[in-house]
Amino acid sequence: MAANYDYEEAPGTYDDANRQDLGYDPNFVPDSVKSFVVHLYRHIREKNVYEIHQMYEISFQTLSDRLFKDTPWPSVDAVAHYVDNDQVFCLLYREMWFRHLYARLSPTLKQRIDSWDNYCCLFQVVLHRVVNMQLPNQWLWDMVDEFVYQFQSFCQYRAKMKNKTEQEIALLRQFDQAWNVYGVLNYLQAFVEKSNIIQILEQEKEGGEQFTATDGYDYSGGSNVLKVLGYFSMVGLLRVHCLLGDYQTGLKCLLPIDISQQGVYTSVIGSHIATIYHYGFANLMMRRYVEAIREFNKILLYIYKTKQYHQKSPQYEQILKKNEQMYALLAICLSLCPQAKLVDETVNSQLREKYGEKMARMQRYDDEAFAIYDELFSYACPKFITPSAPSFEEPLVNYNQDAYRLQLKLFLYEVKQQQLLSGVRTFLKVYSTISLGKLANYMEVDESTLRSILFTYKHKTHAVDSDGKIISNADLDFYIDDDMIHVVESKPVKRYGDYFLRQIVKLEGVITDMDRVKLE
Amino acid sequence: MGRETPKQQQVSYTVEQLVAVNPYNPDILPDLENYVNEQVSSQTYSLDANLCLLRLYQFEPERMSTQIVARILVKALMAMPAPDFSLCLFLIPERVQMEEQFKTLIVLSHYLETGRFRQFWDEAAKSRHIVEAVPGFEQAIQTYAIHVLSLTYQKIPRPVLAEAINIEGLSLDKFLEHQAANSGWILEKGHGRGQLIVLPRNEFNHPELKKSAADTVPLEHITRIFPILG
Repeated sequence: MAANYDYEEAPGTYDDANRQDLGYDPNFVPDSVKSFVVHLYRHIREKNVYEIHQMYEISFQTLSDRLFKDTPWPSVDAVAHYVDNDQVFCLLYREMWFRHLYARLSPTLKQRIDSWDNYCCLFQVVLHRVVNMQLPNQWLWDMVDEFVYQFQSFCQYRAKMKNKTEQEIALLRQFDQAWNVYGVLNYLQAFVEKSNIIQILEQEKEGGEQFTATDGYDYSGGSNVLKVLGYFSMVGLLRVHCLLGDYQTGLKCLLPIDISQQGVYTSVIGSHIATIYHYGFANLMMRRYVEAIREFNKILLYIYKTKQYHQKSPQYEQILKKNEQMYALLAICLSLCPQAKLVDETVNSQLREKYGEKMARMQRYDDEAFAIYDELFSYACPKFITPSAPSFEEPLVNYNQDAYRLQLKLFLYEVKQQQLLSGVRTFLKVYSTISLGKLANYMEVDESTLRSILFTYKHKTHAVDSDGKIISNADLDFYIDDDMIHVVESKPVKRYGDYFLRQIVKLEGVITDMDRVKLE
Repeated sequence: MGRETPKQQQVSYTVEQLVAVNPYNPDILPDLENYVNEQVSSQTYSLDANLCLLRLYQFEPERMSTQIVARILVKALMAMPAPDFSLCLFLIPERVQMEEQFKTLIVLSHYLETGRFRQFWDEAAKSRHIVEAVPGFEQAIQTYAIHVLSLTYQKIPRPVLAEAINIEGLSLDKFLEHQAANSGWILEKGHGRGQLIVLPRNEFNHPELKKSAADTVPLEHITRIFPILG
C-alpha cells in the first residue's frame, strides 16, 4: 500500500527480527496463500491485467487483514516452488512482502537493507531484460511510490544516530550503499530514459504514438511495465527533489506531464494526489501562489466529489490525510495571496470550516500569526530528508529534523517579509487616491519606509512564472504619480465565455436525455 | 581573445548537457565548480547547473567549497526578481548559512526583497570584497531596482530614482540621457521640486493596459463543443 507518511519510531534493535519470528513461522504457507500465488502467477503469465488487478488490490488486502494482521507474509522461499521458482515473480512477491511489512510492522535495519537489494534486482531486470508482462497501473505506481517512501523512511531512520546499537552501526557501515541517494535518483532517472517516455509523450501530442489513450497499456503484444514505470518515475523524481528542497528541478522533472489534462497520472488516485500535492507545494515554495491555489482547488474539488468511491480501498486513509494537508496548504497560499475568486464555492466552504478562523489570524501578521503559519506548514509539508551519509564520530546525534527546520525557517522568513503588506492593503482598500505623506502619517512610518513597503508590495505580488514572465497576482493594485498613490481595484470579471460553454454542454445533455426517453 | 571564446562556449555546452543527461553523478562536481567560475568571469548564468552543484554538495558535504557557494549566491542575487536566491538557500545547510559572508548576503537579499535600496547600497559598500568579486553585479541590481520602480511609478522624482540605483549628480544626468535616448524615458520638470522621470508605460504602472485575461477562453475549450455545434 502506498506511503504511510506518519512514519513511526522503530526501536530497531537486532532482536526485532527474532521477536517477529516468534509466533510466526515464515515457512508455513496456508492454503489460501498457496492458491493466491498460484493464480497470480498464472494471470501474470497470461497477461490477464484485470484479474491481476483484482488479486493485487482486493485478494492481497483481504488475506492480509485475515491472516497477516501483524505478521509478515510467508517467506518467498516457502512459496517459490509453487510458482516454478520464477525469478521475476519472486521479486514481485518480495516487493509486496516488504510493502506489507512497512505498512503493518516496523522494519529492522536488516530488512530495510534487504528491501533495497530486492528493488535493485527487480529494477535491474526491468531495465536490462526484455520483460513480457502487463501489470496494472495501480501496482506499478505503488512500486515507485513505495520505493521513494522507503528511501525517505531510511533517511529519517539513519539520521537518528543517538540510540543506535553497535550492531546497527556496524551494519550501516558495512552496507553503506543501501538506499544511497545517488542510487535512488539514478534508478528513477534510468526508468525515465530507458523507457523513452518523454519522447513517447511528445510524439503522442503530434498523433504519432498511443500511450495516454490506452492508459499506458500495450495492446500490440508488448509490455507496459518499463513505459509506465518510466512515466511514474517522473512523479517519483518530483517527490524526491521536494524532499531535498530543490523545487525548481522537481518541477522540471514533471514538465513532460501536462497536468492541465487527464493522463496516466490520473488513472491511479494515489498518483494523481501525489503529483498535485508536490506540484502545489513546490509552487508555494517558489512563491507562485496563484498556480498553487489553482491546482489545489482543482484536486480538492475532485476529491470531494469522488472520495466516496474509494471508501473500501486501502488508499482511503492516505487520501483523507493528503486532503487535509492540501487544505492547510491552500489556507497558507490564500493568506499570503488573497485571491478568493480562484477557489470553487464547495472548496471555499470546506476551507472556511476547517481554517476560517486561523486564516483570519494569519492575516494579522502578529506573533500569533507566525505560530499558525508554523503549525500549518509543519503539518502539511513533506518529510524533508538529509541525504548525506551520517557521521559515525562521537558524540552521536540525531539530525533527522535538520532538513525540516531549514525549510520551515526559510518559509517563515518569507512570511515575515510580507508582514507589512497586510497593513498597506487595508488602507489601499479605503482610498482611491492618497498622497505618500498622508498615508505615511496614517501608517505611522516615515515616507522612505512607506516607499519601501510599497516596493515590497509590488515585488511580492508580481511573481516570475516558469517562462520568466512577470504576472501580477495582486487583488488590489496601485501606481504612483510623483507623490500621489492611485489605487486600482481589479473588478471581478464575469466569466461569460466559461458560463456559455457550460450551458451549451448542459443543454446538449438535456436534449440527449430526452431523445433517450423517446426511444424507449 | 577570438580563439578563447568559442572554446568557452564549447565547455558550457558540455556542462549543460551533463546537467540535463547525467545530473546525479558525483564525478561532474569539478566541472560544475569550474562552470560557476566561468559564469562569473563571462557574465553568464545558469540556475540549473548551480542547483545541480548545490545538490551534490548536499549529498557530499565534505566536498563543499564555501567560496563557490558564495559566488553562486551572488549570481542568484543578480537574477532578481526571480526567486533564485531562496531556491539556492533551500539547499544550503543551516550551519553554513550562519557563516559571516552568507549572513551578509542574506541581509543584502533581504534589503532587495523589501525595497530598502538605500540600506542595500550602504551594506554593499561595506562588503566590497564579496560583491566586487563578481563583475556585472552593480548593473544587475540597478536593473532590478528599475524593474521595481517601473512596476510602481508612472512618474518618479529624481531623488527616489537616485537612491534606488545609487547614481547621483553628473553620472545620473548621463544615465538619464542614455535611458531617454534608448529606453523611452521622458524627463520632465516637476513643480518646483526638481526633475520628474516618466517611465515607460506597461500594464503594471498603467492598469488600463492590463489585458483582461480572465475573460478569454482558450481554443481547446471551444473545440470541446464542436461536436455539439456541428
